[in-house]
Amino acid sequence: MDELKCECGHVNPTGTILCEACGKAVGNRQNENKLLDMRYEGSARRSQTYNKSIIDKIWNFFSSVKVGVSLIVIALVASSIGTIFPQETYIPSTIPASEYYEQEYGAFGKLYYLLGFHNLYSSWWYLVIIGMLGMSILIASIDRFFPLYRSLKNQKVVRHDSFMKRQRIFGITNVSNQEVNLEQITERLKKQRYRIREENGNILAEKGRFSRWGPYVNHIGLIIFLIGGLLRSVPGMYVDKVVWLREGEMKEIPGTNGEYYLKNNAFIFEVYDKGNKEDEAFVKAIEKTGTAIAKNYQSNVTLYKQEGEVLPGEKPQLQKVKDFEIKVNEPLKHDHYALYQVDYKLNEFSKMSFYLMDKKTEEKFGTLTIDLNDPKPSYQLKKGYSVELMSYFPDFEFKENGEPTTKTRIPNNPAFIFKMVTPDKPEGEVSFVAIRENIEPAGENVYKMAFAGVETRNATALTVRKDLTLGILFAGGIIFMIGVVQGAYWNHRRIWVKRKGEEIWIAGHTNKNWHGLKRDIALVVQTTPLFEPTDQLNEEKFSNKGEEISG
Amino acid sequence: MAELSGNLLYASFFLYLIATFLFGGSIQDKKGAEEKKQNKWAKLGITITIIGFVTQIGYFIMRWVAAGHAPVSNLFEFTTFFGMMLVGAFIWIYFIYKTPALGLFALPVAIVIIAYASMFPREISPLIPALQSDWLHIHVTTAALGQAVLAISFVAAIIYLVKSVDQTRSNKRTFWLEVVMFALMCTIGFVIVSSTFAMTGYKESITWVDKKGAEAELEYHIPSLIGPNEWTLADENQMKPLIEVPAIINAKKLNTVVWSVGAGFILYGLFRLIVRKRVAAFIQPVVKNVNLDLIDEISYRSVLIGFPIFTLGALIFAMIWAQIAWTRFWGWDPKEVWALITWLFYAAFLHLRLSRGWQGERSAWLALIGFGIIMFNLIAVNLVLAGLHSYA
Repeated sequence: MDELKCECGHVNPTGTILCEACGKAVGNRQNENKLLDMRYEGSARRSQTYNKSIIDKIWNFFSSVKVGVSLIVIALVASSIGTIFPQETYIPSTIPASEYYEQEYGAFGKLYYLLGFHNLYSSWWYLVIIGMLGMSILIASIDRFFPLYRSLKNQKVVRHDSFMKRQRIFGITNVSNQEVNLEQITERLKKQRYRIREENGNILAEKGRFSRWGPYVNHIGLIIFLIGGLLRSVPGMYVDKVVWLREGEMKEIPGTNGEYYLKNNAFIFEVYDKGNKEDEAFVKAIEKTGTAIAKNYQSNVTLYKQEGEVLPGEKPQLQKVKDFEIKVNEPLKHDHYALYQVDYKLNEFSKMSFYLMDKKTEEKFGTLTIDLNDPKPSYQLKKGYSVELMSYFPDFEFKENGEPTTKTRIPNNPAFIFKMVTPDKPEGEVSFVAIRENIEPAGENVYKMAFAGVETRNATALTVRKDLTLGILFAGGIIFMIGVVQGAYWNHRRIWVKRKGEEIWIAGHTNKNWHGLKRDIALVVQTTPLFEPTDQLNEEKFSNKGEEISG
Repeated sequence: MAELSGNLLYASFFLYLIATFLFGGSIQDKKGAEEKKQNKWAKLGITITIIGFVTQIGYFIMRWVAAGHAPVSNLFEFTTFFGMMLVGAFIWIYFIYKTPALGLFALPVAIVIIAYASMFPREISPLIPALQSDWLHIHVTTAALGQAVLAISFVAAIIYLVKSVDQTRSNKRTFWLEVVMFALMCTIGFVIVSSTFAMTGYKESITWVDKKGAEAELEYHIPSLIGPNEWTLADENQMKPLIEVPAIINAKKLNTVVWSVGAGFILYGLFRLIVRKRVAAFIQPVVKNVNLDLIDEISYRSVLIGFPIFTLGALIFAMIWAQIAWTRFWGWDPKEVWALITWLFYAAFLHLRLSRGWQGERSAWLALIGFGIIMFNLIAVNLVLAGLHSYA
């Protein structure tokens, strides 16, 4: 196919509908009596020009707005399905998903689970929809931007008569016996911030052309955002771990490869107190709720950095970095890492003390204190008296066969098997001790371990997060906002004034907000002999409402 | 301070009501028929609206001072604020287009929203740690403003449809327009039912068995038509529930819905009996002087203005705050997803309008659906779909 040469002399690329320079229809696709389809300035879009190879077909598919809107609607419906029941991440971790949905929501819940809707947003088909949407955004933008840019750049001041006549805003004034002051018109247009191009007494006044780029700018933003989302799966970009720290405890921060250590100095939990002066305003709400309303979750921590190389088994060389109070909404940030307050546990058992006691006389032979997270194998008491810790169950329960066992390593319900060695029982007596339980498996003992006291401490859970994609996502978001504001809050308006013998023709076009364009023109022509051009969409001849389209 | 704040809210509520009638008068007045020429009624109407708006800002500031945080932290406060932003958005758009008809429809919507809001607990509640952030103010206010401007497009669309839908024949269009009117009646029904029983101090204690098989207590504040699983009444003389629902359904909420819809039916039925016309047909003469093109443009313009604000507030600011408070910027929480759905919907709206030429009536129907999604996100997502945003 050849390039299209318009009668005005301008050479247009293949597929052009309206000449880039003068606006005359060069493709013969439009009905002469209808308003011009000004979409994309009638420029030559690849998708409208080629449809042979498979690549053309794919290109044309994705560049279609119809397809794009369909994809948006599909994504919308799919997203809504995922909110019918909570996603798997929000269900309690104590029950497997396979049971949870059926138990909570009956048969529908089971079906929901079986269809995989409990993990909908990471399902392959959801990602395919989003991927196709991304393709559509990219291809549709490329397909339109370049021809549109070319067309607006090549436009001439003087437009072809047919172009003028077939604009939605159009009017003719016969000025044979009147003087029309074109300078005044130009001045008025300039005052309304139109940029003016003049040629032999013809005027092209244009403003807000940059708003035409808005959609493409915001689409670039969206694509950057989607790329940011994809990059998360690249190793090293993203860390998401949880660390539990008891008060006084120091641990390597997971996900930092041993670079950082954190010590929990204290965990603080506060509730609103109606007796408290500063919470006065909330008395009614506190009384109505009945339960305590949380005011603050806070971990006072110290961050340490590991210096130099550490050989396995060697103690790390730690350098203090800083003290920090981590609260909800106030994470500790350091070196791309952020530590967030996410969970806590109050009053976890940390130490338990017992007396070694003669059951009859209740005479005590010393106290021992067991660190529940680091128990010693034996404890020496008074001379000749000692206690051996034979077994320890931090989170004790009985197995089905009656054997004691531990559910977890956390001392929620500690139990012990002691061997009490005394001068009169040098072989030792065995005793099983749990909270409110004392079993003597080998028959009646002379001695017992009597509970002397317990110490507790709080524990905090912190999420460790590193997300190097945030910058990219943020940039994408900002670019999107710029583009969407650019496209929405400004309008591309053009007014053509053409001298034709004794007549002056005025035509106007805007990509949106016709009301504003009409107001602009009215201000320009008032008090001049020029008629205000009419909106041809409202006239009989072109009464094809709903068909008229603006680019 | 808190009391003064409450009184200011009442005052603004009545001012909006008065302004509605003034706008009604302005439309009846023949001098106001032509657009852009404001008559006395319209001028008075917008003045009272602005006074009402300022009064409501007074409520907002007073409550802020009393609570120590912006009053946008629970369903009552947020919904009231949304109503206020709706009035603000109306004032803004009014000064661009000067159409009193918009006031006649926008203010009643705002009034119903504020009335609806005040059915929720109104105590000043303290902020839980997750909400203690300046982002609460930034995110919530921007999101509400965005939704309010988008809601103006709904108001304009209603005007468009009331005028353009042919009421001489009954068809799908008249039906769906009546559905919208009916939904409005249900909301009013909810307000009437809740406030009537609240005034009489109605209380009903019911013991029931939850899905884990444990006994639990429920307190109804309106008579129980829908009873929970294996209910027993504390007081034998109380009205017995008509229907018992299984434990996986929240009987108390369903009961409220049934009452509201029932009241809506009664209101709507009474209206039809007395007026002997469809609601939309009854209103139609009021908008006969409205310029359809202008109303269409207002509807579209509101989406154009509201969409970027909504994106900023409900998605971008939301993501920034979520990253700070919840450790991740996005977590597929129902409220987040519905904000995304709202955004996708209006994106589709704009694409259909800009590139496929969906103007006028088609665009108006879309604006109705869009508002439906916003309301769903405001009401259903908080009350029905449990998630991180269910503060109220």
